[in-house]
Amino acid sequence: MRNLALSDEILLSVEKPARYIGNEVNSVMKDKGGIAVRFAMCFPDVYEIGMSHLGIQILYDMFNRFGDTWCERVYSPWPDLDAVMRDKEIPLFALESQDPIKDFDFLGITIQYEMCYTNILQILDLSQIPLLAAERTWEHPIVIGGGPCSYNPEPIADFFDIFYIGEGETQYRPLLDLYKKCRADNASREDFLAEAAKLLGIYVPRFYEVRYHEDGTIQSFAPTRPDIPEKVTKEIVTDLSDTYYPEKPVVPFIKCTQDRVVLEIQRGCIRGCRFCQAGQLYRPVRERSVEMLKEYAVKMLDNTGYDEISLSSLSSSDYSGLEELVTFLIDKCREKKVNISLPSLRIDAFSLDVMEKVQDVRKSSLTFAPEAGSQRLRNVINKGLTEEVILKGATLAFEGGWNRVKLYFMLGLPTETEEDIQGIAELSNKIAVAFYETVPKEKRNGKVQIVASTSFFIPKPFTPFQWAPQCTKEQFLERAYMTRKAISQQLNQKSIKYNWHEADASVMEGILARGDRRLCQPILKAYQKGCIFDAWGEYYRHDIWMETFAECGIDPGFYTTRERSLDEIFPWDFIDCGVSKEFLKREWQRALDEQVTPNCQQQCSACGAARFNCGICVTDRSDP
Amino acid sequence: MKLRVKFSKHGVLRFIGHLDVMRYFQKAIRRAGIDIAYSAGFSPHQVMSFAAPLGVGLESNGEYMDIEVNSLTSASEFVDTLNAQMADGIRILEVRLLLDNAGNAMASVAAARYTITFREGCRPCFLTGSVVDDFYSQESIMVTKKTKKSESTFDMKPYIYACSYDDKNDRLDLTVDASSAGNIKPALVVSALFDYSHQALDESGLMITREETYTNTGTAKEVRLEPLGSVGSDY
Repeated sequence: MRNLALSDEILLSVEKPARYIGNEVNSVMKDKGGIAVRFAMCFPDVYEIGMSHLGIQILYDMFNRFGDTWCERVYSPWPDLDAVMRDKEIPLFALESQDPIKDFDFLGITIQYEMCYTNILQILDLSQIPLLAAERTWEHPIVIGGGPCSYNPEPIADFFDIFYIGEGETQYRPLLDLYKKCRADNASREDFLAEAAKLLGIYVPRFYEVRYHEDGTIQSFAPTRPDIPEKVTKEIVTDLSDTYYPEKPVVPFIKCTQDRVVLEIQRGCIRGCRFCQAGQLYRPVRERSVEMLKEYAVKMLDNTGYDEISLSSLSSSDYSGLEELVTFLIDKCREKKVNISLPSLRIDAFSLDVMEKVQDVRKSSLTFAPEAGSQRLRNVINKGLTEEVILKGATLAFEGGWNRVKLYFMLGLPTETEEDIQGIAELSNKIAVAFYETVPKEKRNGKVQIVASTSFFIPKPFTPFQWAPQCTKEQFLERAYMTRKAISQQLNQKSIKYNWHEADASVMEGILARGDRRLCQPILKAYQKGCIFDAWGEYYRHDIWMETFAECGIDPGFYTTRERSLDEIFPWDFIDCGVSKEFLKREWQRALDEQVTPNCQQQCSACGAARFNCGICVTDRSDP
Repeated sequence: MKLRVKFSKHGVLRFIGHLDVMRYFQKAIRRAGIDIAYSAGFSPHQVMSFAAPLGVGLESNGEYMDIEVNSLTSASEFVDTLNAQMADGIRILEVRLLLDNAGNAMASVAAARYTITFREGCRPCFLTGSVVDDFYSQESIMVTKKTKKSESTFDMKPYIYACSYDDKNDRLDLTVDASSAGNIKPALVVSALFDYSHQALDESGLMITREETYTNTGTAKEVRLEPLGSVGSDY
């Protein structure tokens, strides 16, 4: 029996001790004797969130296929255990071996959202690893970051030795080999990092220097050594049907957010919505073959015992083999008594038919994401969805017996006017009207329920809106109140429920999203003042953050509400994500001109991703 | 056909709560490919019922669940197939065939036997066989049970079937009511024992193992405790 890092007394005194014991079905135990590289893979949030993340499952599987590597998992201890570990000076440990993280070779941290930055510091701190990369020696693991936020790693540059830019399947093997060689040769940590910086997709922040203009914008961003590349190009898997994917994902004991088999059917998205970072970062769209997905679906269900399977992608309706795959799954799942969940499906006759077959009709509600209330603004954001399509989909659904509709919008989009906001209310009302016109009185099962939710728009790096000013908190709230008022004036207002997001946290996320290296200091300071779990409303302390920015002489408005000029050097410009800055500028101009850009399936718009020579860029477009 | 499955729960698995153990077995049964029966309806679920929930932190050598299957393999094959899917800490001990009219596991539970030892450094020196005998031979053992809403005082004595201390092994043996109506937590008895001796109890020092779960094959007055598994037959 394994020994646990925490005593029974501690485990019985904290909420959900199962978060910390490991031993889950399909978790990987190895004999330390034959292992050259110990890799701790971290999702810096609580276990139930971290365990729901597909990327870690993929990399965990990949690393553990390497005979010389043992990859283990670590998540953020919840504040109750955090306090105990600090008090008793218990070093943070990996779930599998229960060994301290500080004794590992690598600590890999996936950075999925900006609001987890202080949790990264919590992980380092509890692990007893120096928070600043500059203070680490060979006594400490190499701390490496990845995931979407590493496309602007600058606000957390001081805390990481390395960032891996792009998809993890490709460069880890060369990186581990380099590490083994450097350790065998007794190379210095600095020498290892310098060699690593020459690998594709690898960014080592310490070898780059930033100079600023007097107005605070960047004057230059350049390597400090001639042998370090100026640009870092993202890594990408060119053939998604012939790569790592877990056949035996780890099955948690406790209920997690994603409590099912997840089948990633494709990466990237053809749509090019101008607010969406993922839609640009993961270009070009690449599909996995239907054969591979069928095989993995069966294996993963058999190896986990899950009673549900979900398809994952940015836009499942655009997957070319969807009908064949779903038909296969419906048959298999009926036989195995497994549910199928199909998020991110366009609502049309096909998807309604599928949902009718696979889901409990009484329970489900339909989701549309028009994102903006008027056609004009939907053109600005390049969201192809028209009012006609939404109403047609809703009518079809109402005929099929659905009576709950969820609508997602954003407030604070570039060029947004009062009329666009009015449009949110009117569209919600039209959907209610469609219900009452479609469903005769005697067939109605109560009122139609429409839930309209708005989030606040936050401009993100590598999107056409990276130049756009973000709204102030006051502007955000004003727009939310305007939306609420407009909805309350609709004829069917009693059928419409309106929710809006927290404005403070949106301001904060905006600061971090387009931040630069100068934010490392306030992030460290806010953490030292006790900020952790910022992504959790009950723990987020806006007052402390704002006070800390003031103490560090930082104006949050510089990062959020400021108008950026077209020739400004952005902190993330040294990264080449495939999509060129020229393309993004063209798209920004087309947005202001209210012009829609065709999707990748219809026509190539020369974004730059074609140079990866894969996916949609090399697919015949004539046969959609 | 109804089967009664007996299993043990040790090691780190003691931190997995009752609901999660149920979810764990649902998945394990799927992985093992056991031909379990599903309920009718739009979202079918496995026909499965657990005897008595085991508190988080407790170990057990006598847990039971009933399942309904559509077809039978041999009992030993069943045990082996399911054991091949167990995480470290849970073992399938036996499986028995139940009569169709047998009461379900949960409703059948009358009592459970526990052994309680103390963590290193937590064993109190006042505790001896004779102290425990004196405690148990009291006419009544009044305790206060606290719930979220209220506090009630009642006599626990009728709910304790056996209580003794093994001086040689420093171990308390306890058989108490575990039915859904009168369930007694073993720690409550230990706490009453400490009160009786005017000693303070640190519950985190206790290591509790449920050894067996019983059903009553006698009457309400003439209680005859038999292990839940004895109700079924070999197959």
